[in-house]
Amino acid sequence: MIVIVNGSERRVDAGTTVAELVASLGAPGDGRGVAVALGGEVVPRSAWPATELREGARIEVLTAVQGG
Amino acid sequence: MSDALEIAGRRFGSRLILGTGGFDNHELLAAALAAAQTELCTVALRRLDPKAQGSILAVLDEAGIQVLPNTAGCYTARDAVATAHLAREAFQTDWVKLEVIGDDRTLLPDAVELVAAAETLVDEGFTVLPYTTDDPVLARRLEDVGCAAVMPLGSPIGSGMGICNPYNVSIIVERASVPVILDAGIGTASDAALAIELGCDGVLCASAISRAHDPVAMATAIRLGVQAGALAAGAGRIPRRRYAQAATPDEGMPVLTIAPDTVA
Repeated sequence: MIVIVNGSERRVDAGTTVAELVASLGAPGDGRGVAVALGGEVVPRSAWPATELREGARIEVLTAVQGG
Repeated sequence: MSDALEIAGRRFGSRLILGTGGFDNHELLAAALAAAQTELCTVALRRLDPKAQGSILAVLDEAGIQVLPNTAGCYTARDAVATAHLAREAFQTDWVKLEVIGDDRTLLPDAVELVAAAETLVDEGFTVLPYTTDDPVLARRLEDVGCAAVMPLGSPIGSGMGICNPYNVSIIVERASVPVILDAGIGTASDAALAIELGCDGVLCASAISRAHDPVAMATAIRLGVQAGALAAGAGRIPRRRYAQAATPDEGMPVLTIAPDTVA
C-alpha cells in the first residue's frame, strides 16, 4: 500500500507499524530525537509498535537538526 | 554576580546558551561548544533525512549538554504548540524555546500568537522560554501566563545589530521576576557583555558564533564577554555625567607659567 511519508509517497507492506516505518528510515532504534505525527497528531513513542499505518496515511517523521 | 544561571529550578554553570544553527558541520559545532563552555543548546525539529550524516543529538549528548528544542518556523500558536508536543516526544523534555514568528523578513515575534501559545503550553506543563520583542509590557504578559523566563531580542534574528534599545531591556530586567535571557541580535563579544551589564541573566547566541569567520575564537570571545559583563555588573559602574570629573587632583599643582613683567 502507499502512504505519504514526509510529503513523498512510499510503498509499505499492509500492516506496517509506525515503529517499523521509523526503523526503515534509518532512525536510531530507541527513537531518541525522533518524533512522529500521523494525520497531524503526535504518536507517542510508546504507541509506535502498536500503531498500524493505513492506506494513504500522512506521516511526518521528524528529527533534531541545527537551529537557533 | 556568579557565572551560574538558574531557570525553573535548574542550575547551569554558564550564562551562555548556544543556538546550534548555522555551523558548517558537526565537528565545528563540537569545537565551538567546547570553547563556549555552554550547558544548554537549542535544536530544531525537521523532517528526517535518511541521507543525513551524523546526529546533532550525539554531539550534544557527548558534551553533556541539555537540549532546548525550539519552535522555529512556526507562524501560529497552533503550529507552535503542535511542534512543542513533537519536541517533547523526540527529546523527552518539557522545556521549549517558544518562537512564533509574525513576519518572514524581520522574523519578529507575533505577540498575540506568542502569548496564546505560551499560555496553552504552560497549562500543559511545559517549561516555556519565549523569544519575545524588547517590549516590557509583552514580557510581563508572558511572565503572567507562567513562562519560566523571558527572552527579549536585542535586534532581529541573525542581524548582528546588537542591543538596539538597551533602555527597554533594562526596564524588562528591572520588572521581571523570572530570568531574562537576551536572545537574538548579538553580533560580537561586547554585545554579550552589555546584555549582562544591563542585568540580563543570560545570553542566547547562534549566528554571532556559527557565522563568524572563526567560530571557535568567537565562542571563546563571547564566553569571556559574558563573564566580563557579570563581573562589571557586580562591580557597579560609575554614573554617566555630561561633564568631566578629573581623575587627577588639582591640589599641589606647581606654578610653571610666570608673567614676563614679574621675571627678575
